[in-house]
Amino acid sequence: MEKKELTCIGCPLGCSITVTLEQGEVTNVTGNTCKRGDIYARKEVTNPTRIVTSSVKVTGGTSAMVSVKTKEDIPKSKIFDCTAALKDVTVTAPVKIGDIILENAAGTGIPFIATKNVDAAG
Amino acid sequence: MNTYDLVIIGGGPAGLAAAASAKENGIEHILILERDKELGGILNQCIHNGFGLHTFKEELTGPEYASRFIKKVKNLQIPYKLNTMVMDVSPDKTVTAMNRTDGMFQIQAKAIILAMGCRERARGALNIPGYRPAGIFSAGTAQRLVNIEGYMPGKEVVILGSGDIGLIMARRMTLEGAKVKVVAELMPYSGGLKRNIVQCLNDFDIPLKLSHTVVDIEGKKRVEAVTIAEVGPDKKPIPGTEERYTCDTLLLSCGLIPENELSKNAGILLNPVTSGPVVSDNLETNIEGIFACGNVLHVHDVVDYVSEEAASAGKNAASYIKNGKKNSKKTVTIYPTDGVRYTVPSSIHPEEMADSLTVRFRVGDVYKNCTIATYFDNELISKKKRPVMAPGEMEEIRLEKDILNSYPHLSTITIKIEEA
Amino acid sequence: MYDVAIIGAGVIGCAIARELSRYEINACVIEREEDVCCGTSKANSAIIHAGFDATPGTLKAKLNVKGNAMMDDLSRDLDIPFKRNGSLVVCTKEQNPEYLHTLLKKGEENGVPGLEILNKFEAKKLEPNLADDVIAALYAPTGGIVCPFHFTIALAENAFANGISFFLNNKVEKIDKKDSCYEITTDKQTFTAKAVVNAAGVYADTISAMASKENIHITARKGEYLLLDKSAGTHVNHTIFNLPGKMGKGVLVTPTIHGNLLVGPTAVDTEDKDGTNTTEKGLNSLSATAALSVKDLPMHQVITSFAGLRAHEEGGDFILREADDTPLFFEAAGIESPGLSSAPAIGVMMAELIKDRLHLEKKPDFIATRKGILNPTALTLAERNELIRQQPAYGNIVCRCEMITEGEILDAIHRPLGARSLDGVKRRTRAGMGRCQSGFCSPRTMEILARELPLAMTEITKCGPKSEIALGHNKEI
Repeated sequence: MEKKELTCIGCPLGCSITVTLEQGEVTNVTGNTCKRGDIYARKEVTNPTRIVTSSVKVTGGTSAMVSVKTKEDIPKSKIFDCTAALKDVTVTAPVKIGDIILENAAGTGIPFIATKNVDAAG
Repeated sequence: MNTYDLVIIGGGPAGLAAAASAKENGIEHILILERDKELGGILNQCIHNGFGLHTFKEELTGPEYASRFIKKVKNLQIPYKLNTMVMDVSPDKTVTAMNRTDGMFQIQAKAIILAMGCRERARGALNIPGYRPAGIFSAGTAQRLVNIEGYMPGKEVVILGSGDIGLIMARRMTLEGAKVKVVAELMPYSGGLKRNIVQCLNDFDIPLKLSHTVVDIEGKKRVEAVTIAEVGPDKKPIPGTEERYTCDTLLLSCGLIPENELSKNAGILLNPVTSGPVVSDNLETNIEGIFACGNVLHVHDVVDYVSEEAASAGKNAASYIKNGKKNSKKTVTIYPTDGVRYTVPSSIHPEEMADSLTVRFRVGDVYKNCTIATYFDNELISKKKRPVMAPGEMEEIRLEKDILNSYPHLSTITIKIEEA
Repeated sequence: MYDVAIIGAGVIGCAIARELSRYEINACVIEREEDVCCGTSKANSAIIHAGFDATPGTLKAKLNVKGNAMMDDLSRDLDIPFKRNGSLVVCTKEQNPEYLHTLLKKGEENGVPGLEILNKFEAKKLEPNLADDVIAALYAPTGGIVCPFHFTIALAENAFANGISFFLNNKVEKIDKKDSCYEITTDKQTFTAKAVVNAAGVYADTISAMASKENIHITARKGEYLLLDKSAGTHVNHTIFNLPGKMGKGVLVTPTIHGNLLVGPTAVDTEDKDGTNTTEKGLNSLSATAALSVKDLPMHQVITSFAGLRAHEEGGDFILREADDTPLFFEAAGIESPGLSSAPAIGVMMAELIKDRLHLEKKPDFIATRKGILNPTALTLAERNELIRQQPAYGNIVCRCEMITEGEILDAIHRPLGARSLDGVKRRTRAGMGRCQSGFCSPRTMEILARELPLAMTEITKCGPKSEIALGHNKEI
């Protein structure tokens, strides 16, 4: 049996939730004050995911950088790998919101896409 | 002198939503004046996600959220001037502005919407002792350097203040390769969202020290170390609790201040609690035809509410331009007390008010299992139960026009926090 | 070989340089920092004292009054802002009003014009925000306020225009007396000069000891200040002093020439001659002490605090002379308050001493005037628009608090001895000196500096080497 302590992010209450796991399966969730806490806790202990945002260099654009995000959630454990994968990425303006900046970030199968329009300079 | 029906000062989320709303409510001659090189305001540097859940039912990044409104303004063909600084607003609604191509010029407006946003509290206002080397940044300045310019303001970082920008920057700097050693917060609670504490600090094992402040900054040229200490209930450092962190950077995320220098010069009355204009239910200031919305009015925590408030301001300005000033016979004052620090608006004209009016406010402390009580004069009208309220999150109540008007002698609405 | 090498580019070094540049001379100024005006000259009360405080007969007394009298012409010639706002020394009911009469007598002996003792009502009429306990005041109409940055920079620029060379980022490490000259070795290079002037501020004793056995001893006396927002700038209109104490003239409250309100200084001796850090104790003490003379100070309007170090010499007076044991080694040491006020007169006095010893001749083509950075707000609307048409940078506001344009910043960078850092730009233009304390404009000013110098963004500094602001590109640190 394993116990994990979490803070719920559902609302400002920030309930301290204890999740009990047996062989990787959630057997009990306590400390939450609403259903959302239960759902959050189960997901967070079994398969925590995050959207990763960053920015990459642009050449020939009206801005030096363009902001990007993973198109969908990626596993929490891959956050640093995904960011590192952008290290040598440079894109050329124009860039449109939704343009794929990097396919398959760090082997997650999820692409980084642009979150800002950057026009070509001049 | 050029004349416009409506001049909107600021092309950030407030200005954009106000412009779109005014146009949709029948105003043709609108001009947005924006000091930056693009529309969108501070959202352009807020590249993290979490915006727009309320408005668009999906999670967007700051630039994506801004782009939706920019698109709307462009589709509505509302003119705007970029790289243009407003230098002065006069009580007769003459706007003086300047840019590279037009020089210094004046515009006569029938109505003005103030949407200048806010600025960060600087070190000086915090009275932090120590040296004044390079490496001390407000969190927003660091955010701009990293996200817009692509430069790292430091490698080893201490952050003072756990407002959302500070928390977001803790994660951002970490992901870009910096080591964030600690986040110190003067108050016994964080000013940021729970979600940001978990995803920006806990995810990266960054310690948050509540009831702590910076008591010394070392380094003559560049920051070399920062000392933090615990504070007592009087917010004064407790001797003997000092901890020294070697670092090259101190980020400050210690609150935002509505930017109302233009308003002050125009003679607009400010609320000392919010540092924003005093407005009535139609978001009009004490100067007829000058409206305010967004962070220049009071600092918001969620941009969706800025857009909502700004849309009201746009609509109300449109109504003023079309119909002139309303002759309100009656004014009801809203009196915030017992934990409610202020309200926006601070007065209501019951005869002309919207059918349903949102009154927004912040509380002065953390309250658990309390209610927001509303009194019409001495009569308790409603109680809204809240499991938790914190100064970092804006609260609201709704007031219905027909109920207000069923109290013909109403003079004061009191809003307070009570035990449940 | 230089005729004269001046060590230190503070207001004293620059004033001496400018006065020497009236003569046919080959002279240089050697400064350890990246800019002029980086030591005591940049962090002080920014006032021109009337001159009633110094003991009659001292150099301090003589040169203060003379320097004060020179300021009208000098500020006009150098195009720097200066205002005779007048000063009041206030006496509260706990203090002995006799002291005001002593000051009055000293002032009259020193030749300070227009001194007058005011009763409570007269004083309150001049300054309604004087503390209620004030019972009398000494009024000195010739007291003034000045921008110490503009003052020092203007002196340096004018000296430069008249042929004086400036070597910045040069820290003097050694001075050797050769047969007919001095050899001055810095961390960068070696200079030879017939004569040396020691204007090294708090380090004047260190420099002196490199060449002379005169045994000057300088103590750095820290003064902490609070600067308030311009919205508090008219809380008082005169410079308001407490009655002087043993450690200095007490805490003053004064408007600055740019419209802020300044409160300070404290006075604490410190071992560290670079110890310009503020302290919790010092900052906290200021509001209490200032409240003795001025009421209702809006302390929530503080926008920044800073500390400066006064170069206090044990003898108590300025040391302005040729060293007894070392010919042609001139000391300008122990220049604490009223140093800024005395600077113009110190420049003249030292230049005369040196001229006599080196037999210098007046230069026929001395340029007495210098033009400051153009201030667009002084123009009419039509003039301003014509300027923007010709130079669009004047239409671009970079610092929103002080409303400083890109045009002014370009001027600051490209003029002789121009700005090389954020602080350099700030001291010349005020960009970054307002209520947001450069949060808004610093990335923009960095871009302008990088583009114009040109330098990489990572090479832009706050105040010279080792104060870089951006430490690398994203993901590359």
